Amino acid sequence: MISDHTIIVGAGHNGLVCAAYLAKAGRKVTVLEAAGQVGGAAATREFAPGFKASCAHLLYLLDDDIRKELALDTHGLSMAADELKTIALDAGGDHLSLGADRVEGPGLTAEDQAGYREYRRFMSKFAAVIGGLHKQLPPRITQRRDDLLTLGKLALKIRRLGRDDMREFLRIAGINIYDVLQENFEHPLLKGALSLDAVLGTNSGPRSNNSVFTALHRLSGNNAGAAGAAALPSGGLGAVCEALAAAARKAGAEIRTGCAVEGILVESDRVCGVRLAGGEELRAATVVSNADPKSTILGLLGARHVEAGFARRMVNFRAKGNTAKLHLALDALPDFRGLSAEQMGERLVIAPTMEYVERAFNHSKYGEFSTKPVAEIVIPTVRDPGLAPAGKHVLSAVVQYAPRHLGMGWSEGKGAFTEAIFDLLADYAPDIREKTLATELLTPEDLEREFRMTGGHWHHGELSMDQFLMMRPAPKSAQYRMPVDGLYLCGAGTHPGGGVMGNAGRNAARAVLAE
Amino acid sequence: MSRPDSNRRDHFKDAVYPSPFHSRQKEHNRMREWSRWGDYLSVPAYWCPDMEYFSGRNACGVFDITPMIKHRVSGPDALPYMQRLVTRDVSKIKPGRVGYSVWCDDNGQVIDDGTIFHLEQANGQHVYRVCSQEHQIDWFMANTLGFDVTVEEETHDVAGLALQGPTSCAVLKDMGLAGIEQLTPFGMTWFDFEGTRLMVSRTGFTGDLGYELWIAPEHAETLWDRLFAAGDLRGIRAMGSAALDMLRIEAGFILAGQDFLPAMQAVRTGHTRSPFELGLDWLVSFDKGVFNGRAALLEEKAKGSRFRLVKLDIDGNKPARDSFVFTKGKKYAGTVTSAMWSPSAKASIALASLEMPHGAPGEELLVEIYYRRELKWNRVMAPARVVKDVFWDPPRKRQTPPGDF
Repeated sequence: MISDHTIIVGAGHNGLVCAAYLAKAGRKVTVLEAAGQVGGAAATREFAPGFKASCAHLLYLLDDDIRKELALDTHGLSMAADELKTIALDAGGDHLSLGADRVEGPGLTAEDQAGYREYRRFMSKFAAVIGGLHKQLPPRITQRRDDLLTLGKLALKIRRLGRDDMREFLRIAGINIYDVLQENFEHPLLKGALSLDAVLGTNSGPRSNNSVFTALHRLSGNNAGAAGAAALPSGGLGAVCEALAAAARKAGAEIRTGCAVEGILVESDRVCGVRLAGGEELRAATVVSNADPKSTILGLLGARHVEAGFARRMVNFRAKGNTAKLHLALDALPDFRGLSAEQMGERLVIAPTMEYVERAFNHSKYGEFSTKPVAEIVIPTVRDPGLAPAGKHVLSAVVQYAPRHLGMGWSEGKGAFTEAIFDLLADYAPDIREKTLATELLTPEDLEREFRMTGGHWHHGELSMDQFLMMRPAPKSAQYRMPVDGLYLCGAGTHPGGGVMGNAGRNAARAVLAE
Repeated sequence: MSRPDSNRRDHFKDAVYPSPFHSRQKEHNRMREWSRWGDYLSVPAYWCPDMEYFSGRNACGVFDITPMIKHRVSGPDALPYMQRLVTRDVSKIKPGRVGYSVWCDDNGQVIDDGTIFHLEQANGQHVYRVCSQEHQIDWFMANTLGFDVTVEEETHDVAGLALQGPTSCAVLKDMGLAGIEQLTPFGMTWFDFEGTRLMVSRTGFTGDLGYELWIAPEHAETLWDRLFAAGDLRGIRAMGSAALDMLRIEAGFILAGQDFLPAMQAVRTGHTRSPFELGLDWLVSFDKGVFNGRAALLEEKAKGSRFRLVKLDIDGNKPARDSFVFTKGKKYAGTVTSAMWSPSAKASIALASLEMPHGAPGEELLVEIYYRRELKWNRVMAPARVVKDVFWDPPRKRQTPPGDF
């Protein structure tokens, strides 16, 4: 057995972060990636000749420490745009523009504007409580000193919010965004747009419990700029992963692409390596999986190698993707009613009212896609022309809701859902069909197949209070170490969850090094 | 009366079923008393529990064990499945042999105990029967994830009779089971019997010479009749659950729901027990790979257990049922889980669960016993000591062939 060798399964951003930190600490690291390029769902891929996009299309949460410690900027990371505004689209052209602490647009009352400032204030403040734990191993419910200390820190952070804010934090953290927005705002479009932030990438609607929590999570990054500020890296999110890969390689890690891991090998009760597709076996004393918890434990490792209660928890880990990704190759910028060309470079959202969003969610509960979907749209080529041939553009949209298990099956439903999305876009940009040269729609089924994420879920599993901190992915395995010796998880299925943050990878590296 | 069939729409109306031996039990049941055991009617005492107890020690007693929950485990992964399920190293239970084991949840707390019958081994495939006290189908099925294995409950497909006591071997020989005397303890064998297959295992719950007979329910009554015909001159007697309970306490056997709380039934933490806390260290095999509870049990082994199940020899003759146990200095040490006046050991005996560090062999304790004489309640603090050996352990239990009593 090669005692100091570590294999990382998957070169997603967390796998690369973990590889870089382990290699920096002197470990011999090999990263094995099934796809032909690094980055997983954050890779920038060519979806039509000359047109490129990354599935994860906005950078919200990348940890500043990681960016500095791994010197990502010297490895080629630069931002095409920082702090994008959000434009809540209105079919009639009466759009709202949402900034870090200002909202502008027709029909807004002074109360709404003041309310927006206050909403941003307390949400940012509460998000910082959650974000404060991102950089460390989540506390477990034990009597151990480090766990108690972390729990104590969390309690202190909550207490330090001050009496009124603490009370408000405890009141709203577990409830739904619908009620909270209803309390704070009048303008239907404003409420619709803000409610979307709470449900993007999740299997929930504005009225689902915990949706305030997911909204807070989206704002909780330890990145530069305002809470939840969205940035566009030059070259798409794949550029972040390329920079991470460069940093990992420089530190001495080996990265092999086109190298699918088929199984994790166990010998006398501990991990001893991996088996590749094709049968080759690689030995290592430590295996860190960037794959999601379900496919790592139930698939690669095999349920028989863990105790039955733990296997059952993995089965019950909620990871039902409900989000599709649309990529359009455009001949020219479409004519979004009432938007300037410059405004088309911002983050555009289609969520006219909270009721609309909730209704869109209803379908998915019964195995249907939304006939009137919601969408988060980015036209990255406005700020980053290199992603398309000269003069042409890319439209990248997160579209909901699209349940992983569609009643009619996605082979039949995909065409109809694509049409529904075009109908939706045409309400805002009537010429969208004429401008479109090529279309790629990735359903959760496609995302699952292409990126090997169970359920096609972005976060490797629903981000909610019952699957957070010491419960992500399951009690007794929340500190990256799995029940089989030598096996670790480092992906979004662990604390602090999804979004391109890198914290899970960095924390996992710490857990490996602490061994 | 109908045979249990959970697929029948109105199966719930028959919560308790007559056993395949019911017609014969009815003839013997002079007290006309019935109780429920699992899915079946059972007999607490046919006539006199003491007489039935003595038949088990001095002649032979027949006890209906059909209500035991039985599962059949088969398929290519039957052995690895069993290895992960129970604490014991199942690979050491050879085909045709029976092994006792417990199984735990992930916290290392005992869900149930039972016997594992290694029925077959062919082409590297194993078939096991697991007999337990409690219903297990949910847990057993949850455990199949990741294994190519078939688990079926066969409680209603197999009728069982325990024949226990010194004359049991002779009775079976007289019944025509040639060569039965060659069967070693925890062995099993098959006979052609009245046009069907009769499985006989040298197992039991009495700590004495004894056998368990397994047959298809249709042939249950025939088996009973043949057995009683053969045993007529050897003191055979139908035995109820009260007598069996006395026999098993003397043998030091624990009972789920009595000496430990099955983990799946526990609501409060700290009320369940690990195998170590039940004195079953010998059933835990850490070197066989992963099994349910392994990590927790390794931790317990390193840190120490909370409880210890012990055997108590108590002064006097008052059964110490439900008693508190104190140290000599009258500090609380634990409680009695099972107790009786043992006619064979001529002693007041008990099983007790004590808090650590109490319970080392030889420790002197006090047992607080309440008893009633002609409606008057009395209390005695009876001196007691922890003993290591079981109260009843006759050599004939192990002898092969057994003596011809």
